[in-house]
Amino acid sequence: MIDAMRDAMLAWGDTGLVGWTVLKILVIAVPVIIAVAMFVWWERKVIGWMHVRMGPNQIGPWGLLQAFADVFKLLFKEVTRPSAANKTLFYLAPLIALVPSFAAWSLLPFDWGLTLANVNVGLLLLLALTSLGVYGIILAGWSSNSRYAMLGAMRAAAQTVSYEIAMGFTLVCVMILSGSLNLTEIVMAQAGNKGFFDWFGFPLAPMLVIYFVSGVAETNRAPFDMAEGESEIVAGFHVEYSGSAFALFFLAEYANMLLIAFVATVLFAGGWLSPLQGWITADVPWFDWIWKGGWQWTFIKAFGFSFLYLWFRATFPRYRYDQIMRLGWKVFIPICLVWIVVSACLKYFNLVTMGA
Amino acid sequence: MTFELICFYVFASVAALAALTVISVKNPVVAALSLVLTFFSMACVWLLAQAEFLAVALVLVYVGAVMVLFLFVVMMLDVDFSVVREGFVRFLPVGVLVAAVMLAEMLMMIGVRSLETPVTEDPAVLAGMSNMEWLGQTLFRDFLLPFEIAALILTVGLIAAVTLTLRKRTGTKVQRPGLQVMVKREDRLRVIKMDAVGKGEVGP
Repeated sequence: MIDAMRDAMLAWGDTGLVGWTVLKILVIAVPVIIAVAMFVWWERKVIGWMHVRMGPNQIGPWGLLQAFADVFKLLFKEVTRPSAANKTLFYLAPLIALVPSFAAWSLLPFDWGLTLANVNVGLLLLLALTSLGVYGIILAGWSSNSRYAMLGAMRAAAQTVSYEIAMGFTLVCVMILSGSLNLTEIVMAQAGNKGFFDWFGFPLAPMLVIYFVSGVAETNRAPFDMAEGESEIVAGFHVEYSGSAFALFFLAEYANMLLIAFVATVLFAGGWLSPLQGWITADVPWFDWIWKGGWQWTFIKAFGFSFLYLWFRATFPRYRYDQIMRLGWKVFIPICLVWIVVSACLKYFNLVTMGA
Repeated sequence: MTFELICFYVFASVAALAALTVISVKNPVVAALSLVLTFFSMACVWLLAQAEFLAVALVLVYVGAVMVLFLFVVMMLDVDFSVVREGFVRFLPVGVLVAAVMLAEMLMMIGVRSLETPVTEDPAVLAGMSNMEWLGQTLFRDFLLPFEIAALILTVGLIAAVTLTLRKRTGTKVQRPGLQVMVKREDRLRVIKMDAVGKGEVGP
């Protein structure tokens, strides 16, 4: 049916191609928005359980509709603006924060061939796009014309730029091992018949940890949420935002969190490959994705990684600012530099095998 | 007119307009943002020319890191820009002259080069590799030594910059996280054995 739809669209020529691409974008973007809503519900539920509370339980079954209730509340609220704010930038900032976080989703491979843009320099493009999100935060902080917002923006900018370096280095290790920048090829380099021992999470275990912690810092989430430390600077860069403008920041932050979880899956946990790959080879309809791999695994693993975000938030107290900087510059970057050499040696002496 | 050509004109005109805004706008933050837009549009143009690595590197390095720090500084500055802008009209002829000479030189260089060397096939396509692969082969195989020398010079520059800006301030309290981690209970807490006060008194 989908093939017939595509052929019908492509018969229109260039217009049809654009329309088909827009359709594909919607197929990714709409589920991301819904996933963000459900993830907010899941976050509140999980943190509630960890705090021995109920979490949301009033609206809908198990409180499932709570997130949508919040969304509607935010959408109907008035969008206020400080009278001395820079009007254009004030309204532009949430959009600038949102666009890169959604654009990066187009690069993710969910299954073999199941990706919107199979770019050759995918990994670099991903890094470039995620590094653009900080502009939204800086502009929000500056254009609000408020000291708290400004301080939050400064903190966010310094933190994001610092952790981007460590994150880039972890990606370098993945590039060295896989020999490619294409995300699909990176996943296929982790295929093999040794089950989950073939994934890059094994030879690059410290890099997986550093990547994920940098990802947490990059998205300004607890315990690295200095940018919105409510005990010192109220709510940081989005203190002056209300209603739907605030909702956009919220959406961007959660879309980024889920993105980091998916990218960690693709780079270090074998993407759609099964942890049982090569151990079972039976053909069973409906169930053989469990050992042959399929899009289900991508989502299961990403769900696991995104759960870590919630676990961190419920467990760790917030870092002090100088400690964040120390962790990024003096701990992560040296470890990364050493591990780049290690992974180069692994590759040179053929200690890890690429692909099946 | 193909779709690619339309894209090129759009990106190129956006880049040119944004570059004009950088030097003409009053607000320094808006100027810095326009510079970001210029970089981004140029990256798009390079993408159209199939120099994908250069384009992504431009976004990654200049837009993602350098301009963030630039904005950082511009936002922190408290400069009265009306003073800085004084004499705009007075120095305008000099500026225009310098710009004209630079433009002429660039046109001459590009013109002479384009006349001398005929347009060749993309070397990456000729080698049957992707742009990225070809760049890697060229940098790390054919031109390895110049590349390493450049890297060495940059490292020396980095160290020089760090040592120039490094200053020891007296009177500041510095933490040593190593010592903090290695602290033992005995360093912080002393348990003293002492007799209970009030001999013979028994509570209810």
